[in-house]
Amino acid sequence: MNIQIRKYYYGDIPEDKGGGGSQKIAITPSVSEAGDWPLWEVFIRSKQGIDHKHVGSLHAADAQMAIENARDVYTRRMEGVSIWVVESKYIHASNPDEAASLYEPANDKVYRHPTFYDLPDELTHM
Amino acid sequence: MNQSIIDYTLHLADNALIIAQRNSEWCGHGPVLEQDIAITNISLDLIGQARSLYQYAAELINSNNASEGEATEDTLAYLRDARAFKNCLLTEQPNGDWAQTILRQFFFSTYQYLLYQQSQQSTDATLAAIAEKSLKEVTYHLRWSSEWVIRLGDGTEESRNRMLNAIDELWMYTGEMFIPVEYESDVAAEGIGVDVTSLKDQWDQRVNEIFAEATLPVPSAGAWSQTGGKEGIHTEHLGYILAELQFMQRAYPNSEW
Repeated sequence: MNIQIRKYYYGDIPEDKGGGGSQKIAITPSVSEAGDWPLWEVFIRSKQGIDHKHVGSLHAADAQMAIENARDVYTRRMEGVSIWVVESKYIHASNPDEAASLYEPANDKVYRHPTFYDLPDELTHM
Repeated sequence: MNQSIIDYTLHLADNALIIAQRNSEWCGHGPVLEQDIAITNISLDLIGQARSLYQYAAELINSNNASEGEATEDTLAYLRDARAFKNCLLTEQPNGDWAQTILRQFFFSTYQYLLYQQSQQSTDATLAAIAEKSLKEVTYHLRWSSEWVIRLGDGTEESRNRMLNAIDELWMYTGEMFIPVEYESDVAAEGIGVDVTSLKDQWDQRVNEIFAEATLPVPSAGAWSQTGGKEGIHTEHLGYILAELQFMQRAYPNSEW
């Protein structure tokens, strides 16, 4: 026999278990969890004029919900003025095995760094 | 200073505090992490609104009658009994499942949105300022809850059944919001408060629009309404909410942390 035990916490308790003489029949808890929802990558722009930066990821059913979730999860402390979301499956990444051929050739080419110029103090975010 | 403004301000504050306390019960139990944070954020917004309103009510009470000991936002939230709370019955209804919580928030946010919109024109500068600040928050609550009503109503068979169930549970508590009690009529006549009867048509319209998109039936307009909350006659649920909300201050008076 298949016995299901479900532990209820305050706030989860269904009407029929909560007293008060409700006649409602218990609805079995849904199995649907965040695992069914796609993963989204979140990019936040912290102020006007600078780039959107990757801040993390979250689950959401659609783009609209992803933006709202991002708003609630990542901008609660005034971190942003603009949000981008993109489904994680559309992100293509470089292969770590190819790191040697991709990145190491740049190591000894110091002349590519623009550090030989004097920048005015007013110039920020370089 | 007239008692009606005090009662009216307390009524607005109690609405915000009680539904915030209800929503906060989801903290740590939301269906998914992101929505757990969303509903807790909404809860915090509403507690913030309640604080501003209680602070103003305390100021009014103290300037009205200094002899009865000083009122503060804390004494108003933590040391009044159920009979003194003036929140609408809708706000104290149990969370039930996610659909019921969402629908309660949608009904309430629609009302609060319309109310604060008009309150911005209040002749009372403090109430107008609180309304203006709160309206930005409520605009988001309304957007968030509307989308969830559509998502669940027009979702799976199960989510739709849960929404239908929630409508059955909550509809009878919606009418009360638009039936003014004496203190509301008093402050509306003076231009301080909002004439809530005037909000009903717009509220119906918004609910009809969202329900249509959610493919949910709108219950008949003439349905009977439960009333009494605004005058302190509550459902059995409020006592339990206050028991949890007020326990610390009752058991350990003046404790701070």
